[in-house]
Amino acid sequence: MPIQTPFHPRTSEHNKNLSWKDWGGYFAANSYDVVNDFEYYAFRHSAGLVDITPLFKYKVTGKDASLFLSRLIVKDISKLKLNQATYCCWCDDRGMVIDDGTVMRFGEHEYFVTAADPSYSWFSRFVKKLDVQIEDITDSICALALQGPTSREILKLMCDADLDNLKFFWTTRAKGDGFEFKISRTGYTGDLGYELWIKNEDALKLFDAVWNAGKNFNIRMSGIAALDIARIEAGLVMNGVDYHSSLHALIPEQMSTPYELGLGWTVNLDREPFMGQRALRAEKKNGSRWATVGLDINWPDLEELYNKHGLPPRTAAGAWRQSIPVYHPQHTTKQIGYATSGTWSPILKKNIALATIEIAYAEPGTEVNFEVMVMHHRKTVRAIVGKPQFYNPERKRSILKNKR
Amino acid sequence: MSKKYDAIIIGGGHNGLINAAYLAKAGKSVLVLEKRHVLGGAAVSEEIYPGFTFSVASYVVSLFRPHIIRELNLAEHGYSIIPMDASFQPLPDGDIGLCRWGDASRSRREIARFSKKDSEVYGEFSKIMTHMAKLAKQVIDHPAPDVASINPKELAALLRMGKVFKNLGPELLQMNTKLLTMSSADFLDLWFESEVLKGPMSVSGIIGTFLGVRSPGTAYVLLHHYMGELDGAFRSWGFSKGGTGGVSMACANAARSFGAEIRTNVDVSCVKIKNGKATGVVLANGDEIESKIVVSNLDPNRTYLKMIGENNLSPEVTSEIKRFKLRGSSGKVNFALSGVPNFCRKREGLEFMKGDIAIVPNVDYVEKAYDQAKYGEFSERPYINIVVPSLTDPTLAPPGKHVMSCFVQYAPFNIKEGAENWPKLADKFGDAVQNTIKEYVPDIDSLVEHRQVVTPWDLQERFGLTEGNIFQGELTLEQLLFQRPISGYAKYKTPIDNLWMSGSGTHPGGGIMGSGGELSAKSILNEKAI
Repeated sequence: MPIQTPFHPRTSEHNKNLSWKDWGGYFAANSYDVVNDFEYYAFRHSAGLVDITPLFKYKVTGKDASLFLSRLIVKDISKLKLNQATYCCWCDDRGMVIDDGTVMRFGEHEYFVTAADPSYSWFSRFVKKLDVQIEDITDSICALALQGPTSREILKLMCDADLDNLKFFWTTRAKGDGFEFKISRTGYTGDLGYELWIKNEDALKLFDAVWNAGKNFNIRMSGIAALDIARIEAGLVMNGVDYHSSLHALIPEQMSTPYELGLGWTVNLDREPFMGQRALRAEKKNGSRWATVGLDINWPDLEELYNKHGLPPRTAAGAWRQSIPVYHPQHTTKQIGYATSGTWSPILKKNIALATIEIAYAEPGTEVNFEVMVMHHRKTVRAIVGKPQFYNPERKRSILKNKR
Repeated sequence: MSKKYDAIIIGGGHNGLINAAYLAKAGKSVLVLEKRHVLGGAAVSEEIYPGFTFSVASYVVSLFRPHIIRELNLAEHGYSIIPMDASFQPLPDGDIGLCRWGDASRSRREIARFSKKDSEVYGEFSKIMTHMAKLAKQVIDHPAPDVASINPKELAALLRMGKVFKNLGPELLQMNTKLLTMSSADFLDLWFESEVLKGPMSVSGIIGTFLGVRSPGTAYVLLHHYMGELDGAFRSWGFSKGGTGGVSMACANAARSFGAEIRTNVDVSCVKIKNGKATGVVLANGDEIESKIVVSNLDPNRTYLKMIGENNLSPEVTSEIKRFKLRGSSGKVNFALSGVPNFCRKREGLEFMKGDIAIVPNVDYVEKAYDQAKYGEFSERPYINIVVPSLTDPTLAPPGKHVMSCFVQYAPFNIKEGAENWPKLADKFGDAVQNTIKEYVPDIDSLVEHRQVVTPWDLQERFGLTEGNIFQGELTLEQLLFQRPISGYAKYKTPIDNLWMSGSGTHPGGGIMGSGGELSAKSILNEKAI
């Protein structure tokens, strides 16, 4: 049975829909209302509040902490500045991705790592004789994500942090009324947003302060279902959905490299040895087999298919996660890849998907065929290949210098 | 002389009944003869005390081959398994113990109390075992190829098996070699550090075997038991509704539906052999029944030495069969209880008790239990695998009351007082079990209404399992595949023409798989022996 996060007394009050999911062994609200569109729109027009406590969280300390993480992770973590955060992934020695997450530097010798899967055992294998301590703080630190255009204004009302100057992927300490916490300008929505980290004991104080400050800014509780729509629009891949950890994959075909996932930008190849370096070098040189792309699925094509049945076009409510075949530009029986998740994008008014396709067809602008099911019949519609990132508003990175 | 049958099957255990069902389904006239008044052999449910139904011997089901269920329509004939969710290991000194659940996150948290690393590695271990079991199933569902033969059919079978191994890839092939050669404790050491977690995991490697968890070769038995967790669902170990006899009843009903005739209370004294060929059976009362073939569902020892007889065997075969290791190492104690035996009052509810409960606090505990057995004593503090099936299936006991089945190892057949003296030791053995349980369930004595002690001697005398071996012969590497029961006769045949075998003493072995019965029948039909 999943357990409750420290925010449960509040989230359960809001969860009129009684719709809970198991996320990493915790109860997570899937959606707070039967009609959950507004939970998504909050991310894009005001602020959505998500309980992200179930993320696996680790504190890595010790003189060799930088060296240790740099060996483990494809990015050179030692370059991370104090209070800076970074998104990254880590691989096995075949260069196959194990997990992705965020690393934040809270001190000269102190880092904070988040992961989608339990990672203590994997990390521990690399400690060896290094001066490194790994502490699993998953169950002692809890977290809220406040995401959306009004999130900055809300936080400014409830804490002392200088948020106007806090840049994208930087962190700061903050004080509220009777509690301290950490803020990172990070998130899973591709919008302006923050993640708030606090010890379990003060969970409700933080929640209430954020909620009260948000009342005039249309703050809403947002569930996992809404988050899924936003993260697909932002082109953020998900462990267990768009790729599978090589630790859990049963066969090589189920594994992916950072380059194949579109995470090549997180790899710092030319430096001291790190896990997967040799394999990733070879891949960089010889080319990848697969690419992760965004698909813009042709709407008129879909309209026409439905029209033949006398129906208006329709899409799934919310995001979907099945595997859907993607076919060759000309030959609609030759499969060249598969979509792993997708959604109707409410903000772009587009039918979009994240897909893994053969590298030869990954060039932006390539037109491929995408399988759809219309009135119980399998058909194809055209789709344009593009970058996975469909939505990237300027406010995500903007800072408000000298406003006050 | 009465009717002449196509086939007579000696022994109405589940494999015999499955064999009969397949032969009858193929249109053959089949007669099953069972010595006892009930069918099922060791897979039997009996109302030993009024209102209390015990799975007297074997008590959980998982390895049963799914295609047999489909091919014989067993579900229609009453085959019904209720899955078990939890696997609980109580610990002494008031600890809340370790419970492993179908819910992976919940298990992770439970294991993390003992080792954080182990809690995360647990899933990786399952992944490897999935691969391994996939391979083992390929091996299980076919008769073992004869390595000494150059017959193209045998070579093709060998090749097919080789291909399965080749497809594993180097990493898993190495793992396979380790599985076949290592001890179950050493094998688990490759992954885990917690002696508590390794306790209940390692014992899967010694069930029914007179070996310790640190004896080489036991890792294979571990895999043999792991396959059950993988047949479609993680928690596919389950209880047969109405007790384990339910499986046998379904097999019997299926066999009857295809026209097989089944008689109980019929004691076969030997197979009738004429000119090296089996022609029927001779009953204890002197009657004879003729048949084209005879299938013995008895263990190899009884089949060769009692049904055939040394006079009809070559000295080589005789000595080889005498060396076939049976060495029973376990007993059963079944309790009728007036209430719930609560193994951990600190845990909420009773869900944690609805699967199996393993008394094995750590690896050393079970190795120590083996130490005593090596020198002819039953373990004073044995490994006990307990189930309280009435928590899940209320038909087994009067309302509010419960049946508790305890599989106990070690109880060596060859006890130092002499095997025939087991009946005198039965109470002492039962006390050892009850006292061990008392360390976890302090009020157990006041709950016990009845206690049935099944010693290895009883397993031999009542169920015909020589030396009380629950698998009709140990599942050690030298007695598997083309060597089960002995090389040259591993394909359900015997040195006597028209005499076949089908029990768990044949490939692929025991555990209520049904494979012996099925593969034997299919071999008989393939060879057009009838």
